[in-house]
Amino acid sequence: MRLTINGTPRTYDGDPNQPLLWFLRDDLQLTGTKFGCGIAACGACTVHVDGSAMMACVTPMAALEGKSVTTIEGLSAAGDHPVQKAWAGANVPQCGYCQSGQMMAAAALLRQKPTPTDADIDGAMAMNICRCGTYARIREAIKAAAAMPASSTGGR
Amino acid sequence: MTTPTTIERRTFLQQLAASGLVLTIGAGGVRRLDAMEASPDGALAEAFEPSVFVRVGEDGLVTVICHRSEMGQGIRTSMVMVIADELEADWATVRLEQAIGDPKYGDQNTDGSSSIRGTNYTRYRQAGATARRMLEAAAAAEWNVPAAEVTGSNGMVVHARSNRRVAYGKLVARARTLPVPKEVPLKQPSQFRFIGKQVPSLDLQAMLTGTAVFGQDARMPGMRIAVIQRPPVYGATVAKVDATEALKVKGVVKVVEVPGAPIPSAFLPLGGVAVLATSTWAAMEGRRKLAITWSASPNDGYDSVSYRQALEAAVRAEGNIVRDLGDAPAALDSATKKVELEYYVPHLAHAPMEPPAAVASVTGDRCEAWTCTQDPQAARDTIAAFLKLPKENVEVHVTLLGGAFGRKSKPDYACEAAWLSRETGTPVKVVWTREDDIQNGYPHTVSMQRIEATLDATGGITSWRHRIAAPPIASVFAPGQEYHSNDELDLGVLDMPYAIPNVRVEVGRAPAHSRIGWYRAVSNVPQAFAICSFMDELAHAAGKDPLEFLLSSLGPDRVLDMTRTGARKPVGNYGATWEEHPNDVARHRRVLQAVAREAGWGRKLPAGEGLGIAVHRSFLTYVASVVHVRVDAKGAVTIPRVDIAMDCGFAVNPDRVRAQCEGAVVMSLSNAMTSELSYRDGRAVQSNYHDYQVLRMNAAPRETRVHLVDAGGPMGGVGEPGVPPVAPALTNAIFAATGKRIRTLPIGDQLARA
Repeated sequence: MRLTINGTPRTYDGDPNQPLLWFLRDDLQLTGTKFGCGIAACGACTVHVDGSAMMACVTPMAALEGKSVTTIEGLSAAGDHPVQKAWAGANVPQCGYCQSGQMMAAAALLRQKPTPTDADIDGAMAMNICRCGTYARIREAIKAAAAMPASSTGGR
Repeated sequence: MTTPTTIERRTFLQQLAASGLVLTIGAGGVRRLDAMEASPDGALAEAFEPSVFVRVGEDGLVTVICHRSEMGQGIRTSMVMVIADELEADWATVRLEQAIGDPKYGDQNTDGSSSIRGTNYTRYRQAGATARRMLEAAAAAEWNVPAAEVTGSNGMVVHARSNRRVAYGKLVARARTLPVPKEVPLKQPSQFRFIGKQVPSLDLQAMLTGTAVFGQDARMPGMRIAVIQRPPVYGATVAKVDATEALKVKGVVKVVEVPGAPIPSAFLPLGGVAVLATSTWAAMEGRRKLAITWSASPNDGYDSVSYRQALEAAVRAEGNIVRDLGDAPAALDSATKKVELEYYVPHLAHAPMEPPAAVASVTGDRCEAWTCTQDPQAARDTIAAFLKLPKENVEVHVTLLGGAFGRKSKPDYACEAAWLSRETGTPVKVVWTREDDIQNGYPHTVSMQRIEATLDATGGITSWRHRIAAPPIASVFAPGQEYHSNDELDLGVLDMPYAIPNVRVEVGRAPAHSRIGWYRAVSNVPQAFAICSFMDELAHAAGKDPLEFLLSSLGPDRVLDMTRTGARKPVGNYGATWEEHPNDVARHRRVLQAVAREAGWGRKLPAGEGLGIAVHRSFLTYVASVVHVRVDAKGAVTIPRVDIAMDCGFAVNPDRVRAQCEGAVVMSLSNAMTSELSYRDGRAVQSNYHDYQVLRMNAAPRETRVHLVDAGGPMGGVGEPGVPPVAPALTNAIFAATGKRIRTLPIGDQLARA
């Protein structure tokens, strides 16, 4: 099967049941997408599939024929997606482990709702756990990213 | 001293390269070792290394060696801030290297909120200042001027009188030959350039782009990935295993039985059956297909419901007396106004976002491991003991830690990887799943506490008896440890600040039926919950405002005499002396008053809303919190705002101190609202984040306000002390909002049921 990862065409002929997470982490060594729970309960593995936030840990490879996947490594060429800039501005990460997933979820939210309300943020981000408890800064960073020029929130 | 160090480092790099390990972890993330060796990095060839914490290269690069583990508290950045400041380094030339486990660094166990407080802050400052003095001395010798006339400044030594300046790198050759001074003068705080300022975290960019390397991300060429089925009950062993189906999974290469340590197993593996595969998915699939019969265990009957009853019985009878001031029993018997209540806090799981992981390679009698550990020396020593290797042959490298909270001080997972590598002859990475983490971890103790107190006519507390039954951490290290220990009672009980003439503390029997481990803030969590809740109950019994009651119960500003508490053994102070870090009532009072002022204590709120307050000292730091809660008609709790005031003394990295407070609020609210690890038939009932619940964005406080209070007191810890007072401030707020008391955690659906 064929799919695109961060703009690069890839082929895959392994176990069709293998979740995307392990193809990314073990085969492609794209380890920015994290393993947190394996049951879509924590959001650490959030990626974009055709622009929508998906949990890579429960997305089987078989579901990705012809799809375009974006991971944190492909969110921007230079680490300067508005979400990344806003995350830096608020010094959001503590341990950092969940933040790839948090940023991917936030980027997907901003694409759908360029000026999200607090309720929108709660709704979109409730799937993503941060055990360090950076939620207040995540909220602040999402609002800051939303306030950046709209043209730059497109991502891939 | 520098020459042997250089050789050591070269040898170390050669060994590393020979071992086939390709990753090194620096401030910029991961680089290939061969690329690093090929780079014109003068630091590797000819460096000036006046202490274990800092190295200056001929190319002018300053390398700070961080011996503590980064798990979100910001130590890697904070340590660089301190050393670079005293060294007067140019920030752009500073980089970071993570230390391996080695006693030459002193204690590397990143726990107890101890990486800055105590002697460490001074050690880092001395390291930077010593390097600076030696570079200054080298320049003075070069120019033949008095050393007092030259000054290190922003990466250069300057001689103002002759308007000469020379970069640090150019002085390295000479500085290396100079004797290392014993003690050098340190900067005045007014001269600080980085300490106490806002500096971007050094790991930030790597974390934002997905290149930061955690334990789960470490790899070695040719490694196999192992997932282990561990005993579901503590103390069980493999009786029989059928691996036929597991071995049919494509990618599975081997199934191996892992030996476990008997109870008490300390830091050693639990044992079980490992499935080794070429991918993580195959290993996980293979494990699902194992058929294992487990032996019986003495803990097969562990049941959290009946265990709670046993703990209740224990605290309703006289226990072992550990503190006896005045005559509490007599006062309790004679008083007219008496309050007696019980508090239950369940086991908690650390549940860091990154489940434990380690990769290890054993060749001959040497072992090299990369792992997310809070304590690389413990990992080294435990691997050496488990594999019977000389300690000096075990090299433990530390990755970033995706959260830890005490779990990753225990290196059982690194031992598993090392043992499997030797057994299979290949490098092995052991991946813990979330289920493994929740069910086979080192849960925080479960506790029942009973407090009885009496009040006089003016609302003064005249007597206090606190009984605790909780399995001690010591039970994981030694047999027969069945009572909460003094080390644990030091955390809020024996050092309780209130002015009460008659105080007794007793412990009841509480044998452990699981491993027990320390968890962020340790026994301060249940003990502060009980004490701070009970103080609120007493305030209402006395008809006083809770803030006013806390302030009056503290008594006048004074330093408490910790030799006159009635404790049968000396009261511990987080490893510090009481002389240097007194129990200072004024600091309790100041954080209370600060948080009350900032939170608008006493303000009018609509029906169904309330404010709660609590104060607690831990890890030498004083914290008070006010929680504003809203409880709707169905009993659903929302938290519009939390205020938290911390007096940790001077804050080296104020933004990270604030971040730790923000995070502690969330963790404490998770403890209070949703988290519970329970057991049935000896097995953990919860398995993943769907049933071991922690706070999410939508339930977190909408607003958290951190107030740093520094009145020049000695420095305390930061990572843990924010946790204890928030949970009781919440439940006190719930009482203010609803009139309902929460004495059992978590709150769960108690308000909906009530």
